[in-house]
Amino acid sequence: MRFTGHLDLHRAWERTFRRARLPLAYTQGYHPQPRIQLAGALPLGFTSAAELADIWLEQDLAAEAALDALRGAAPPGLSLLGASVIDDRWPPLQVLLRSATYTVTLAGPAPDLAERVSALLAQTTLPRTRRDKAYDLRPLIESLEPASAPQVLTMQLAARDAATGRPEEVVDSLGLESAGARYHRTGLLLDSPTARLAAVTAPAGTDDRAEAQVDDPGPDV
Amino acid sequence: MTPEYLSTALERILPTVGKPGRYTGGELNSITKDWAGADLKVCLAFPDTYEIGTPNLGLAILYDLINKRPDLLAERAYVPWSDMETAMRAAGLPLFALESKRPVRDFDLVGLSIPYEQLYSNAVNFIDLAGLPLRAAERDPRTMPLFIVGGHSAYNPEPMADFIDAFVIGEGEDVIFGILKVLSAWKASNAPKQDLLRSLAGIWGVYVPALYRPEYNDDGTVAAVVPLDPAAPAKVLKRIVPVLPPPPTRLIVPYIATIHNRYPVEIMRGCTRGCRFCHAGMVTRPVRERRVETILNALEEGLKNTGFEEIALLSLSSSDYGDVVDLVRKVGERFAGKHLSVSLPSLRIESASVELMEALKDNKRGGFTFAPEAATERMREIINKPVSTEQLLETVRSVFERGWTHVKLYFMIGHPAETLEDVQAIADVCKRVRDEGRKYVGNKVSVTAGVSTFVPKPHTPFQWVSCDSIEQIRAKQALLKRELRGPGLKLNWNGPEETQLEAWFSRGDRRLGAVLEAAHRRGVRFDAWQEHFNYTAWLESFAECGLDPRFYTHRERLIDETFPWEHIDIAVKKSYLAEDYRWSLRGQTRIDCRQRCFACGILPKFTSLRMETPANAWECPEVRPKHMRRVAAEPVAAD
Repeated sequence: MRFTGHLDLHRAWERTFRRARLPLAYTQGYHPQPRIQLAGALPLGFTSAAELADIWLEQDLAAEAALDALRGAAPPGLSLLGASVIDDRWPPLQVLLRSATYTVTLAGPAPDLAERVSALLAQTTLPRTRRDKAYDLRPLIESLEPASAPQVLTMQLAARDAATGRPEEVVDSLGLESAGARYHRTGLLLDSPTARLAAVTAPAGTDDRAEAQVDDPGPDV
Repeated sequence: MTPEYLSTALERILPTVGKPGRYTGGELNSITKDWAGADLKVCLAFPDTYEIGTPNLGLAILYDLINKRPDLLAERAYVPWSDMETAMRAAGLPLFALESKRPVRDFDLVGLSIPYEQLYSNAVNFIDLAGLPLRAAERDPRTMPLFIVGGHSAYNPEPMADFIDAFVIGEGEDVIFGILKVLSAWKASNAPKQDLLRSLAGIWGVYVPALYRPEYNDDGTVAAVVPLDPAAPAKVLKRIVPVLPPPPTRLIVPYIATIHNRYPVEIMRGCTRGCRFCHAGMVTRPVRERRVETILNALEEGLKNTGFEEIALLSLSSSDYGDVVDLVRKVGERFAGKHLSVSLPSLRIESASVELMEALKDNKRGGFTFAPEAATERMREIINKPVSTEQLLETVRSVFERGWTHVKLYFMIGHPAETLEDVQAIADVCKRVRDEGRKYVGNKVSVTAGVSTFVPKPHTPFQWVSCDSIEQIRAKQALLKRELRGPGLKLNWNGPEETQLEAWFSRGDRRLGAVLEAAHRRGVRFDAWQEHFNYTAWLESFAECGLDPRFYTHRERLIDETFPWEHIDIAVKKSYLAEDYRWSLRGQTRIDCRQRCFACGILPKFTSLRMETPANAWECPEVRPKHMRRVAAEPVAAD
C-alpha cells in the first residue's frame, strides 16, 4: 500500500466506496470524477497513521453506518479510524492543512544524532534545491527532535500549499542517509475550521461532506 | 532464501526503483496461504510487467480455481522491469512470488501464460531470474519447479520446446488439476523424471516436447516430429471444457494502474466467423456461450468484490453472442447510472452495433472502434471478412449521427495477394469516413487508422503464405503515411522489424530454441516494448545458429509441407484449412458457420463430448447417434 501513488490512492478510495455501496458523489462534466479530496498527498513509500479526506456523498448518511460499511470494504493497508458528517460550508481540508508530523527511522545508527539536530536547528537558513527549485528548508521545520528510541527522529513540518517540508530533505540536511530511512506520518495539523468559516462564503449545498480519518500503515513488503 | 530475507532486501531496493507498487503484492483479493499447509505450490506467471500481466484473465481463472482447493496454493510472479532486474541481480535476489515473497524456484510448478511470441525472450529470462538452468533437460523436477506453458502461443510450442517441460494445448480449467495430480503422485514415488514426463504426456491436452524429436529435410523443412516413447501420442489433441465454468468473481484489485482496470466477464468463447487470418478464431472452436443470467450474476458479484469502475464483456465477436440485445439491455438496466463504464469490444460493422453501444454508454466519451481489416471488396473476400464499404459508411454515419466524434478503424497490410491499390484504398476509406463525420459533427471528427502488419499464423488457412518483406512493408507504410495526413486523420502503425520477430516465431520450429538462447545471452528482453526491442541482436543470434530468418517468413509453403506444429491437433482438420486457403485464392467466402456447418472437423473429433453436452451449449449442430443422422451436406460457398 505504501507504494501506491497519490492518484492510485484516489482510485483505491473510490473502489472502497463502490464496494461499500455508498453513493459517492461525482463531479459534473465530460470526465466525472469522484468527489474525494485527500488533505495532503502522502509521498510514495511513506506510511501514515493519520490521513484525512473530504468525501462528498449523494445522500445523507449517518457517519457510523458509513464507517462500518467502509471498514468492511477497505483493501489491506487502509484502516478507517473515524468519520464525521461536516458542514458543507467548511473550507476543504486542503485549505486547512497547516503542518504534518513524522517519525523517521534511520537506515543506520547515528550516535551523534542529538548534536546534529541541535546544529541544524541553530541555523537560520537552510538553502536547498529540490527538483531544480531553490528554497529554504529552515522555516518549514517547526520542530525536530531525536525520539527516545535510537535511530528515530520526530519532526513537525509545514504542510501548506507551496510550503511543504519533506522529511527526507531534513534527514539529508542532517548529513544522514535519507534513502534507506522509513518515513511514517503521525499526524496532520489543521487550522481551526471555524476560524476560517467566516471568510468562506460557500453556497449552502445539499451534499454531505464526510471527513474520514485513515490509517495507512502499508503492508510489510 | 527465506521470505524474511527477501522482504528485508526489498525494503532497501524498492524505494530506488520505478513503480515499486509492481513488486509488493498484498492487493485486495490476493490470497496468501499457509506455505507448509499446501501439498503442491503453484506459481502462476506472466512474462511481462505487473501492469500487463495482472489483468490476464486466463491466469486469474487458474488462481481462483487452484486457491479454492484446500490442499493447493497458487501465487503470482511477473518479470521485473529493467531497473528492478539490475537491482535484484546486484543484490543476488532471485525472482520471487508476490504473495509469500518466496523464490520462484521453491514452487513445485510454474505455469507461464504466453499468449504471443514477443514474450518468448522474457519467458527465457524468467527462468534465468529464478536462478534455474534454462533448458528443461537440465532441471530436476524433484528440487526445481516443473515449467508448464499455456496460452495461444502454445499451439505452436516448438520454438520454446527446449525450455519448457510441458505445454497445455487448449483450455486450462480442467487440465491443471490433472497435471497437479500426476505431479503429486510422482513426487510421492521414487520414480525417475522420465516417468513423470510419460504420465504427463498421457493427459488429454498436454504436450511433452522431450518425448518427441523433430527431423528435418535437406531443405530445412520438417520431415516429421517423431514420438520417442509409446506414452507420447502421435498427435496431441487440444483440451476444451465442454461447458464454460462459472466466471471468477473475486479478482485481484491492484493498487497501481494496470493496462485494464476493470472487471471482465468472458461472455462467449470461440468465433463462428472464420476470418482466414485469425488464429484465435480457428483454435478456440467450438463456440460456447455463457447464459445472460450467469453473466449478470457474475457482474453483480464481481463488482461487489472489486469495486472496479469499468466492466468488460469479452469475446472474439460480441455481436455474434446469441442474446446480445437482451444482455445489453439488462446490463444497461442493472448497472447504468452508477458511473460505470461498459466495454463491449469486437462489434460487427453494422448500425445495430451502434444501437447496442448507445444503450451502454451514459456519455459519448471515447470513441467507436471497428475492424474492417481490409479496404477493398477483393481483399475482404480473400480474408473472408466481407463487409462492404457502403455498410461501413452507413455504420459510421449512425455513430456520428448520435454525437460520437471519434472512430477508430483497424486494418492490416500484408494480406496475401495484396497490391498497393488495396493499401491506397485503406487511406481512401478513412478519408470517406472522416468526410462522413464532418457532415454531422463538423471539425470535431477524428478518425484513427490502426494499421498493423499481417503475420501468418499456424493452424489458419493462411499458414502457407509468405510474409511481406521489410521493403514491401515500408513501401506500404510510406504510402499510408503520405496519404493519411491532414485534419481529423491519424495513423498508427508498428515497426516492420517488430513484426518480423512475431513472424519468425509464430511459424518457427524447434531450432529456434538455440536462437532464443543466443539472443538471451545478448541481453534481449521485453521485445514487445519499443525501447527494449533489439533487432540487431536477433539477427546476430540467427547468424550464430546458422539459420536464415527469411526461411521462416519469406517463403511460400507447399500445400503438403509438414509443419513444425503438425503434431498439435486443434481439431480443425488441415484439409479444411487447405480447402479454405484455396477458396481464398478464388475470392470465395464462407458465411457464419452458425448458419451452416462447413465441417471444419470439430464435431467428428469431439463427437462424444458434443453428445454429452446440452444442445444449446455449443453453436455447432447437435450430434445424433449414427442411425438417426441425416446425410451431411457438402460444404457450400456463401451466396
